[in-house]
Amino acid sequence: MDIFEQLREKAKEEIKTVSSSKELNDLKVKYVGKSGEITALLRGMKDIPAEERSSFGKKVNDLKDEVSTIFDEKENVLKENELNEKYKREAIDITLPGKCPEVGNLHPLNLVKNQIIDAFMGMGFNIFEGPEIDTDYYCFQALNIPKDHPARDMQDTFYFTDNILLRPHTSPGQVRTMENNKPPIKILSPGRVYRADDDASHSPMFHQIEGLVIDKNVSLCDLKGLLDEFVRIMFDRETKTRFRPSYFPFTEPSVEVDVTCCKCHGKGCNLCKGTGWIEILGAGIVNKNVLEMSGIDSNVYSGLAFGLGIERIAMIKYGISDIRTLFENNVKFLKQFNRR
Amino acid sequence: MKAPLSWLKEYVDIDCSAEDLKDKLFSCGFEVEEMEYIAKNIDKIVSCKILSIDKHPNADKLSVTKVDAGKYGEKQIITSAKNIAVGDVVPVALDGATLFNGERIFNGELRGVPSEGMFCSGEELGINDDWYKGASVNGILILDKSFPLGEEVKTLLDLEDVMFDINVTANRPDCQSILGIAREVAAVLSKPFKMPDLTYTTDKNISTVKTVKVSDLATDLCPRYVSHLVKDIKIEESPLWMKRRLFRMGIRSINNVVDITNYVLLEIGQPMHAFDLSNIEGNEIIVRRANENEKIVTLDEKEFILSENNLVICDSVKPVALAGVMGGLNSEIKDDTKDVLFESAKFKRDNIRKTSRALGQRSDSSSRFEKGIDAYTTEIGMKRALNLITTLKCGTIACDEYDLCAEKLVEKTIETTLSKVNAVLGIDVPKDEIKNILTKLNFKVEINGDNLTVKVPLYREDMESYPDIAEEIIREYGYSHITPTLLKNSSITNGKKTDSQKAVDNVKTFLTSLGFNEIITYSFVSEKDYDLFGFDKESEEHKFIKIINPIGEDMAVMRTSLLPSIVKTVVYNQNRQNDSGRLFELAKVYHPKSLPLNDFPIENNVLSFSVFGEKEDFFTLKGVIEKLLSNFAYGVDFDYISCDYKFMHPTRSAIIKSGDKIIGYFGQLNPILAEKVGSDKPILCGEIFYDVLSTLFVPKIVFSNISKFPTVERDIAILVDETITCKEITDVIKESAGENLIEVSLFDIYQGNQVEKGKKSMAFNLVYNSQLRTLNVEEIDASISDVLSALKQKVGAELR
Repeated sequence: MDIFEQLREKAKEEIKTVSSSKELNDLKVKYVGKSGEITALLRGMKDIPAEERSSFGKKVNDLKDEVSTIFDEKENVLKENELNEKYKREAIDITLPGKCPEVGNLHPLNLVKNQIIDAFMGMGFNIFEGPEIDTDYYCFQALNIPKDHPARDMQDTFYFTDNILLRPHTSPGQVRTMENNKPPIKILSPGRVYRADDDASHSPMFHQIEGLVIDKNVSLCDLKGLLDEFVRIMFDRETKTRFRPSYFPFTEPSVEVDVTCCKCHGKGCNLCKGTGWIEILGAGIVNKNVLEMSGIDSNVYSGLAFGLGIERIAMIKYGISDIRTLFENNVKFLKQFNRR
Repeated sequence: MKAPLSWLKEYVDIDCSAEDLKDKLFSCGFEVEEMEYIAKNIDKIVSCKILSIDKHPNADKLSVTKVDAGKYGEKQIITSAKNIAVGDVVPVALDGATLFNGERIFNGELRGVPSEGMFCSGEELGINDDWYKGASVNGILILDKSFPLGEEVKTLLDLEDVMFDINVTANRPDCQSILGIAREVAAVLSKPFKMPDLTYTTDKNISTVKTVKVSDLATDLCPRYVSHLVKDIKIEESPLWMKRRLFRMGIRSINNVVDITNYVLLEIGQPMHAFDLSNIEGNEIIVRRANENEKIVTLDEKEFILSENNLVICDSVKPVALAGVMGGLNSEIKDDTKDVLFESAKFKRDNIRKTSRALGQRSDSSSRFEKGIDAYTTEIGMKRALNLITTLKCGTIACDEYDLCAEKLVEKTIETTLSKVNAVLGIDVPKDEIKNILTKLNFKVEINGDNLTVKVPLYREDMESYPDIAEEIIREYGYSHITPTLLKNSSITNGKKTDSQKAVDNVKTFLTSLGFNEIITYSFVSEKDYDLFGFDKESEEHKFIKIINPIGEDMAVMRTSLLPSIVKTVVYNQNRQNDSGRLFELAKVYHPKSLPLNDFPIENNVLSFSVFGEKEDFFTLKGVIEKLLSNFAYGVDFDYISCDYKFMHPTRSAIIKSGDKIIGYFGQLNPILAEKVGSDKPILCGEIFYDVLSTLFVPKIVFSNISKFPTVERDIAILVDETITCKEITDVIKESAGENLIEVSLFDIYQGNQVEKGKKSMAFNLVYNSQLRTLNVEEIDASISDVLSALKQKVGAELR
């Protein structure tokens, strides 16, 4: 065994016993450092015959490279071990609960209101909010409900004076929109409305959204198309509508609109009382008198209107059975509507 | 409107099932809200003849009887009944029978003797004397001896029927009658409609016009008044068929004349009245407005004091009826009434409604008049009443009548085109269908090319124009023919929210992200809340609008502040073990411009908020408000000044101002008030006047370049009097630090053993930067030294 082999084997043996980066570094200096044992061989070159010097030099350099590689390999192993140790020390229970400030949410009625608005905004509707305290003219007369009309009994209205009252529906939004805009009109008028009723299915304050389209040649087929699309967005793609004749003074013809029950899909269940259908809104073709009173030429334009109760939709959608739950604002109730 | 199937069948040949009829009525706009199969569940109650009655061996009050139950054989029945005799035919509920009320009867044993059924009373069959003589007695119903034995009594007594309760919309008062419903049934079934008999026999020697004089002094309230004299009336019981019809409709039979008026009301829909002519003084009937404070006692013996808003029917000296509501006691039909003056009139619905409401007096007539009577029905009603007099042979009818008709009845003509009608529907209904449908509904139709001319039946006062015709057609043709189109002829519109609508959404999203749940509370509150919360009597908050007809005292005034509502909501939650939470509401408050109200009030949007629970304090709420303000009103300076509102904590609440504008207030609710409303824990709450704040919103994002040069941070800790506010100190720092200070913030505050009593230690972080160059140590040092000397001079601060 020549000197080279001896050195290589010795280095290998010593490297094997090393267990820390520092020891390895010290050992590396001992062999391949500036005054290391391998480097020292080069200093003995002067004693070598000239013709052998170049092959000797090459041998030393080869040995140096070879040993350096062994050191590098060992270093990698040690580093990885040390890293693994560090990771082990840093181990945590990843199933412990996370930390985050609480996030709140909108009231379910406004969630539903926003869904309705989004559905119609996509179909070109804008939003107009009128006053809640309004006059007899806007709430009744301009909607074709004169003073002696029996339809006034349909809503039990709160009054402040003979003429000023709490709007019993969002329909005055129609009138104001028509007074202030030229067709084409596509508007939604959401807001609080008030009627003197208080039980499990009626609240003295509740929310409606009135919809109005005024344009040329608007027909019942358009109403059907619009509402079909709306209920598919609001409930699911399978939902269908059914029109049946009804009466509202401000529309002619007037219809009640039913949708296939979102729970049983028309088979009949307790939600739809076995009929497969749920009444969700009233609608119709805007009464000629209403158009004329608001300054729209009924020979040129026609319109459709619909009005829906947000509470009703929310109660159907979320399965809420008592309307009063919506106004108690129990945090345990409110927090359930936090899915985004 | 209630309508029994049996009665409808008199005018229409109904050959479909009740279920089918219900569906058909539903499809043409007459929803059957309830359908009751009358007497359907009565079962195995059969006619039996009593063969023997013996004393019960073990009970004094019971008898053991044997009956012949026809095909069921002989049965032994134990009874306590006393009104029976051998040979009587009675209804017996046999083993397994069901009574009218659903109760079941089975074989049993009474005091040791077996009983194979039960004798039934009229009540147990759901009837009274009006249906079958003797059914009202307190005992067993004794049947006609000629009845076959062992037969179902419900068949023998004709008890079965189907009662429809139909929702009639407000535009169709003509359907508030059996006749009106029958007309619709005939149309929807495409069957002929049989008009009730309206013929009657008169006596040419008797004249209404010569006997009484009728004058109408209130034509506006009474468009038609028909008066007809019937002499030599025989007041007696009504025939069974009439009594039974009234019974089904829930009306008690009185006598033939009264029953005729009720029958006509139900059948034709015309309220009738009958006066005893002998009580009509001066042989005169006057229709007029009541005099102020005039009195009348109605049939039900109630006295009313009238005003000129009430319409009365009078003789020459006194009112004899409250028009359309109820007759007067002084002229009612009595057993010895000889001559009767029948009234059939059209009174204005609005006036009857007002009178009925104002006096609190209602009747079947008034509720019918309130819905609207047409002048044609007024005429039909009288004719039918006279026809019934003739049929019942109970009086001699005058040959003429008073008919005060303000307007002559002419069928309305609507001239339009098929294309206009079809345009409303959006489909083309075949010409023949249109003609057929309108004809079925008793319209006279003429189609000439596209022109459509329609003559409207007199009872259809709701028909005005082509959209009404379109509705008539489609409700019979079927809404299933409407095919959906998505506004195919309309212009495209761009649907989007306005900036202020988006801002509302953004504010709400901001708050929910910070843990706030949105609440919705009533817009009306109790007036007492304002005193409870201690709102100043002179303040804007105390000027509120009152509802004239509130549901209750706690919902009687429109709120001028959202604070009471949100505080009550917090307390509601605290009482339900919801110990912590963050809530907000964005809603309107209502301020009258003047009181009493004579104009639209001002409706302002207000944001109320509250945080409660162990982790919350003044500063957790203030942090949210500061972020809200700086996010939405970027670059605007806000001041927090101490708040002297009575309902807030005097030293832990603040008013938010921007210049002179009050933006809102917040802080801890006054603890005494909190206790009064039921909470012993701190409630942090406040309001932001949203409409004021939103004028400061900066809709555009303002961008400034990030400096390429390093920032320098310095911390200083100072000792000041505890009364010095943070704001005072930061103001001094900002003024004195020079242009390169870009931020100053408090990071520590300390009061305690380490510092002198009455003093506090405050530590601030100052950040310096320049857009132009790297700042050097000397200039920072100089700035800090300026700051410290300014602080010492202005707020007496010492470096710690």
